[in-house]
Order: sequence, then structure tokens, then C-alpha cells
Amino acid sequence: MEMNFSQHISGQFNTDLEAIRSHMMAMGGLVERQVANAIEAITSGDTSPADEIIRREDDVDRMEVAIDRECTQILVRRQPAASDLRMVLAVSRVVRDLERIGDEAQKIAFHALEIGGSANSGFCQQAIRYMGAEVCKMISGALDAFARHDVDGAIDVVRHDKLVDQQYSAALRELITYMMEDPRSIGQAINILWILRAIERIGDHARNISEQVIYVVSGADVRHSSLTEMEERAHPDNAAED
Amino acid sequence: MPIIKDHKTDGLPFSDSPKLKARNVNVFYGEKQAIYDVSLDIGANEVIALIGPSGCGKSTFLRCLNRMNDTIEICRVDGQILLDDDDIYGSKVDVVPLRARVGMVFQKPNPFPKSIFDNVAYGPRIHGLVEHRDELHEIVENSLKRAGLWNEVKDRLHAPGTGLSGGQQQRLCIARTIAVDPEVILMDEPCSALDPIATAKIEELIDELRENYTIAIVTHSMQQAARVSQRTAYFHMGQLIEVNPTDLVFTTPQHSLTEAYITGRFG
Repeated sequence: MEMNFSQHISGQFNTDLEAIRSHMMAMGGLVERQVANAIEAITSGDTSPADEIIRREDDVDRMEVAIDRECTQILVRRQPAASDLRMVLAVSRVVRDLERIGDEAQKIAFHALEIGGSANSGFCQQAIRYMGAEVCKMISGALDAFARHDVDGAIDVVRHDKLVDQQYSAALRELITYMMEDPRSIGQAINILWILRAIERIGDHARNISEQVIYVVSGADVRHSSLTEMEERAHPDNAAED
Repeated sequence: MPIIKDHKTDGLPFSDSPKLKARNVNVFYGEKQAIYDVSLDIGANEVIALIGPSGCGKSTFLRCLNRMNDTIEICRVDGQILLDDDDIYGSKVDVVPLRARVGMVFQKPNPFPKSIFDNVAYGPRIHGLVEHRDELHEIVENSLKRAGLWNEVKDRLHAPGTGLSGGQQQRLCIARTIAVDPEVILMDEPCSALDPIATAKIEELIDELRENYTIAIVTHSMQQAARVSQRTAYFHMGQLIEVNPTDLVFTTPQHSLTEAYITGRFG
């Protein structure tokens, strides 16, 4: 086929679809920074970024609502179908996950303030640093994959989520050992536990975003499926071809 | 020449319980070919939507199914169309009873300039389906009821059909079609001249009629196709590009041309 189908007959429709995508990316960028700063606040012992994170959380919430409103308008005005419909639905779902990542970053910031400068001498520092770096990469990986319609990139993020989950379990075992050995450490250990939990949840949300990439590109709804199932369904043999 | 060489229809063009079977249908208007090698089943008690850009051949194909194209002199149809395994283009086939078995509803409501009653009674009368007046009354009442029009017209059955609103006229035409007890109803953009409320009523009716009839509907409204049909067939430049369950076609179409059309990238 020599015809070019990249553009809609309606130029405004192109503009609207482009807008939700780019607004989602901007929101993703902000959320990614929030997470990175939160991890920094915990691991460096410098709690000064925490206030900024808490303040900017409102921006994240506002962006979610605004983008969702744009998605609703597209549904109402254009009744999108096929890949356009999947794009609008996916953006609407992704901003929800981004908003929740923002919530988790805020939780980490609160804990950072609570434990103050003592955190850097606390437990599981290695795990926090490692998992924190990992989930930051996952968020940017998932958003990149979305922007480039890259199914393999998305699957890679899901693979990393498994590693984060393993790290999380190992860190929990470590914390339990500390608590058993010295019950006076329980208070601080619980704070660390909440932080680890928040980071682990961020990984889950990045995974959800990646699942939406697969939905947009291939049409397969791979939520709640295993990595193997996901790989099979993301690359069906009978993929749409000319 | 077809625009895509050696195209094989994507998806599921065949049905487990076909009512109508079209095989390798080609249609020509004089020298010009309008349909290229279309094979498609229409399943019993199924609503199938035929969609595609203007001039794609969807109406031409629909009109093959009850030989309405016979009325166009330069039109030639080859291939096979079977209604319950009987070739409708067979040499012994009389098109009058055929068109009673395969009824048609058109884009613009076209009631006869007669009373509401006589519009519906016309078919049963000319096909000799009734012996007694009471029987005729029963058929007219039942047909109007099935078409969802009875309550609106029961007190003025002898008023002219042309005095009804557009939506009512179209339901009257549907009542006229079902009065001869067809097996298949073909609808050629039945709602394109109607307002949204009248359209919603016809769409609801289509869903009810599916219990007793097999329905093929040509529509320009993709939302309508998505609402009323179980399968959707996408035509493009005379070729049948893709046939799939409607929910799939509108979320994850198989062929890139279907995708481009339903997302409004041409049409």
C-alpha cells in the first residue's frame, strides 16, 4: 500500500491525541523526578528535598485530572476506534499509575522527614539504594517504551519488576532478623519497611504502565498475566501485516 | 485490477451455521468491475454489518443477495450465492418469491402512497399468503407489533403511510418487509435519513428482529455497526478486506486498511 495513513482526516484529532501523549510524558517526567528525589532524601540523610516533593505532589494530582479530562473529551468528540481508542484508554490508565507513583514518592518523603538524618545509618541501605535506582530506571524505561511503541522495552521493564520483588523479599528477611535480634530497633525497622514497600509498589506501577504499552501496540490485554504469557501475546504470529 | 493482488480476506468470513453463502462473487457494471472475488457467509440469526468508504462495493454486494442488481441492465454478477444451499442465481429461480424470502429495507423510507394498513398488507396480498380478511388483519397487526409501530398507529391504520414521521415510515417499511415472513432482511443504510431517537428505535428493533431473522446491514456509521452487529465485514475498492467479530474489529482490527478506515485516516 502506498497510501499514508499516519494522519487523521481531522487535523484537530491528530493534535488532541498528540496532546494527551505529550502531557502524559510531561507528567511522567515529573513523577520520575519525585521518585529520584525521594530516594535521594532517604539515602543521603539530607531531608531538604522532602518538602519539595510533598509540595509538588499537588501538581501531579492536578495533571492526572487534567489529562483524564482531555481523554474524556476525545472519547466524547471523536468516538475513537482501534489504535486510537487503545491509545486514549492507555493514557487514561497510565496517568492513574503515575499518580499513584507520585503518592508513593510522597510517602517516602514523609518517612524521610520522620526518621530524619538517622536514615543513612539505618538498615537495608543497600537494598533501598539498589531498588530505588532500579524503579527509577523502570519508570523511564516504561515511558520510553510508550513513546517509541517498543514492546520489547516494555517487557524488559516487567522483567526488572521481578528482580525488584526479589530484592524486596530479601530486604524483608534482613529487617526481620534485625528486629528479632534487637527489639529496640523495631520502630526504625518499621519505617524502613514502609519505605521498601513504597519502592516495591512503584515497581508494580511501572510494570502496569508497560502492560499498557503492549495493549497500545498489539491490542493484547496482558494485565494479570505471567511474563511468559505476556511475551507470547505481545508477539502473536498473526500480527497485523499488509 | 483489484487494488491488492491475491488478497485473501482476513479473519473469519465463514460461519458455522450459514444462512446465505456467497462464493467468489464478482460484479461488473459494464466493463467496470465493482466487486472482486468476495466469499462470505451470513450466519443464521446473525446481524452482520458491511462497512467501508463510499464506492467500496458494500451496497452492490448487499444488492446481490436478493438479486436487486438484476434491475440494473449493465450489471453482471458471477460466482455463487446460496440461500440454504439453493443457488439464488439458478436458472429456475423466480425473483419475486426470492425477494419475499430475502427482504430489503432502503436508505430512504419508501412507503407506498396507500394507507398504513395497505402498506403492510400489500406483500401478503400479492404473494397470496392469506385467504381470509381476519388472517390479513392478524398479519398486519403482528408485523406492526414486531416493527415496534403498533401502539403508535393502531388508531389510524387507514391514514396514509406517507403521513408518518421519517422514523415511523422506516419502521412501517420494516413491518412491510416482515409481513411476508422473510428469512433474511437486507438493510441499506436504514437510518441515514433519520434523527438520533428514530435511529435508536430502529437499532433496538434490529436487535429484537435477530431472534427470528438473519440481517445484513450496510451502514456508514461505525458506531451503528459496533452497536447492532455481531460480525463486521470491511470492504475496500471492491475487495472484502476483513471479517471479524465486531468487538474485535473496533478495538483490534486485523488489517491495516480496516484500521485506517475506522480510525478516520481516510474515507
